[in-house]
Amino acid sequence: MINWTNFVSQLINGLALGALLALISSGLTIIYGTLGVLNLAHGAMFMLGGYAGYMAYTATNSFIVAVAAGALALMVFGLVLERVVIRYFYSRPHEDQLLVTFGLSIVIVEAVRFFFGSETRNVPAPEALNGVVSLGFMIYPKYRLALVGIVAAALLALFIVLYRTRLGMIVRAGIEDPVMVDSLGINVYRVFMVVFGIGAMAAGFAGIANAPVVSLTPEVGEAILVQTFVVVVIGGVGSFPGAVLGGLIAGEIISITSMINPGYAYVMLFAAMTLVLMLRPHGLLGTPGRE
Amino acid sequence: MSEFDPKAPKGRRDFIRAGLGAVGALALPGFATRAMAAENQPPVGTWPAGAEGNSVFIGIAVPRTGTYAVQGEDELKGWQLAIEHLNSGHPLMKAISPKTRKGVLGKEVKYGVADSAAKPNNAVQAEQRFITENKAILMTGSTSSAVAVAMNKLAQREKVLYVTGISGSNDTTGKDCVRYGFRQNFYGQTAAAALGPVLVKAFGKNKKAAYMTPDYTYGHTVTKSMQDYLATAGWTTVTNQVSPLGAPDFSSYLLNIANSGADVLINVNWGHDAVLSIQQAQRFGIFEKMKLAVPYQIPFLAPEVGGGLLAGVYAATDFWWTLQDKYPLAKQFVDAFEKRWGYKPEWGANNAYMSFAFWADAVENAGTFYPPDVIKSFEAGRKLQSTVGEVYFRKEDHQLVRPVVIVQGKKQSDMKNKEDFWEVLEVMPGAPLMQKPDAFGCNLGDYT
Repeated sequence: MINWTNFVSQLINGLALGALLALISSGLTIIYGTLGVLNLAHGAMFMLGGYAGYMAYTATNSFIVAVAAGALALMVFGLVLERVVIRYFYSRPHEDQLLVTFGLSIVIVEAVRFFFGSETRNVPAPEALNGVVSLGFMIYPKYRLALVGIVAAALLALFIVLYRTRLGMIVRAGIEDPVMVDSLGINVYRVFMVVFGIGAMAAGFAGIANAPVVSLTPEVGEAILVQTFVVVVIGGVGSFPGAVLGGLIAGEIISITSMINPGYAYVMLFAAMTLVLMLRPHGLLGTPGRE
Repeated sequence: MSEFDPKAPKGRRDFIRAGLGAVGALALPGFATRAMAAENQPPVGTWPAGAEGNSVFIGIAVPRTGTYAVQGEDELKGWQLAIEHLNSGHPLMKAISPKTRKGVLGKEVKYGVADSAAKPNNAVQAEQRFITENKAILMTGSTSSAVAVAMNKLAQREKVLYVTGISGSNDTTGKDCVRYGFRQNFYGQTAAAALGPVLVKAFGKNKKAAYMTPDYTYGHTVTKSMQDYLATAGWTTVTNQVSPLGAPDFSSYLLNIANSGADVLINVNWGHDAVLSIQQAQRFGIFEKMKLAVPYQIPFLAPEVGGGLLAGVYAATDFWWTLQDKYPLAKQFVDAFEKRWGYKPEWGANNAYMSFAFWADAVENAGTFYPPDVIKSFEAGRKLQSTVGEVYFRKEDHQLVRPVVIVQGKKQSDMKNKEDFWEVLEVMPGAPLMQKPDAFGCNLGDYT
């Protein structure tokens, strides 16, 4: 299906797909970049945000309420999780962090399956964003286009919080030298808790914002998590702008490759990651030497 | 196929048994009879160890997580109901397997369940454990043909019988067929031969088709069978969108389809992949440009997709509960299933139930769990009563010769109850739909 119309269509689709991936990856990279914890439960938290939103939607029939509920529920969940489990693992080896978050993801997924079953749950897009928009040469779902803007706004908000506020400054200082920050009278571990909550909130927001696109099942986070890791590796582990760039690159790779040969769309994504790892091991926008 | 005559000699085993009976009457010492039996039936697989106690064990590896989880749970309920019916000697089970009393050959049937997540490796590991630890005398499972093919190979290697769960690939009883494997349900070739004429009649000749194909044996063979059949009516393939099992998003594939100029979208995706790809296709406005057809119907597709999206859509399937109006056994099955589980069975549950019932029939007729004799009993080609009429196993490839059911999605306004999603258009006899037994390269292999 290689022709001009399809090429432009796939470029736009790549952008929309990339924006979604960027949003999901941002939560992962925030937590890793600041706390140094590679959170394998991120996919499960993404899914949980979707289900929290779904419950709010079925109760209120309002998409806005659903989005707010998905994000807030996961923020609370993240804060609790950090206090109860994660904080004990900051100084433990990465292997332990991977195992505990992997275990958490299994518990979360199976808990959701226990209560909701494996059946698909649908959260429709708001009425105004239902249907398709005609761009002349192509038609495209309105909600997916709107999502690009929603994602951009959410990413900007996250960026400001983490890089243009006092909180962000403390966080970044805490990463470099927590003892020093602590000795300056700042409770750096409370800040870490907030950061984990923000990362979880980003996952929850992405989960419910994505729900009208992907439909919910307990496994919805699993497949996304793999792609998210690819995005983070391409963009640079721990780099917030890297997650955005990586997301967009991944979206375009999937879209454009599928135009040439759909069977290779996801293969090419991993090929790109391999290439980045070979030529620039710290990722496109990552900082060399940072763990 | 010759008619089964219960009075006719049934082969070597029965001959030996009759002979031994006569000799026994002449007070031949007991050890001599055991020695002769052992000589003629050397241990095979888990036999005789698995059949020595008061019970026999079946290993079930079914997806309870992953893309096919919903369908897997339905299948499991079918197997569980069949086991309950076997152990209690339920009238429905007796109608299918007339020699059944209680249990199988008087032994209680026990079972273990493992989650395969539709992954061949998981399924094989689980079944290997059931063989080693529980001496399983029968294995089942698969909602993915990749699993079915792997299980076939395990069954032949371990010499333990395997009846497939849902498996739509031509390969399962084609190039990857085995002596120890049997399939009850319909598959790519019969789906295409049944649904093809319906599509041509509905949409005309010389149409352009777009395909969505999951990237493994099931997807490739079903798509190929559909393409081959429709080519005879002048249909062409304008695009074939191959995607991995469990793809998180279908947008880029759907854009290719939207821009392909196709008249009909033939969606071979299965499980949640089918649900998501159809929902997303609707959001991309694809159904305003082309019609949808589903060659291999997915249990719970209509309610999961929602929104009446399947109204008017043609599909081929194995069983649909309204067949109870046509077949008395279907009515018994639907009633019993609904009473037990609280909903109308889908075809995965029906397939599961029937495959155990046919296995019980084969064992009862063989009079032993000795695998080669059970296989020969399956291969005898007895006419079997089923929930879709009379059927039989083809001895050359161990495929059940059975009808394919053509259904069409109902409009929400036409549904008589909340589970009335499909209208049965036709029940097409199986034999004319099937390829010649050797056409897909089946070579069954050895009995021992």
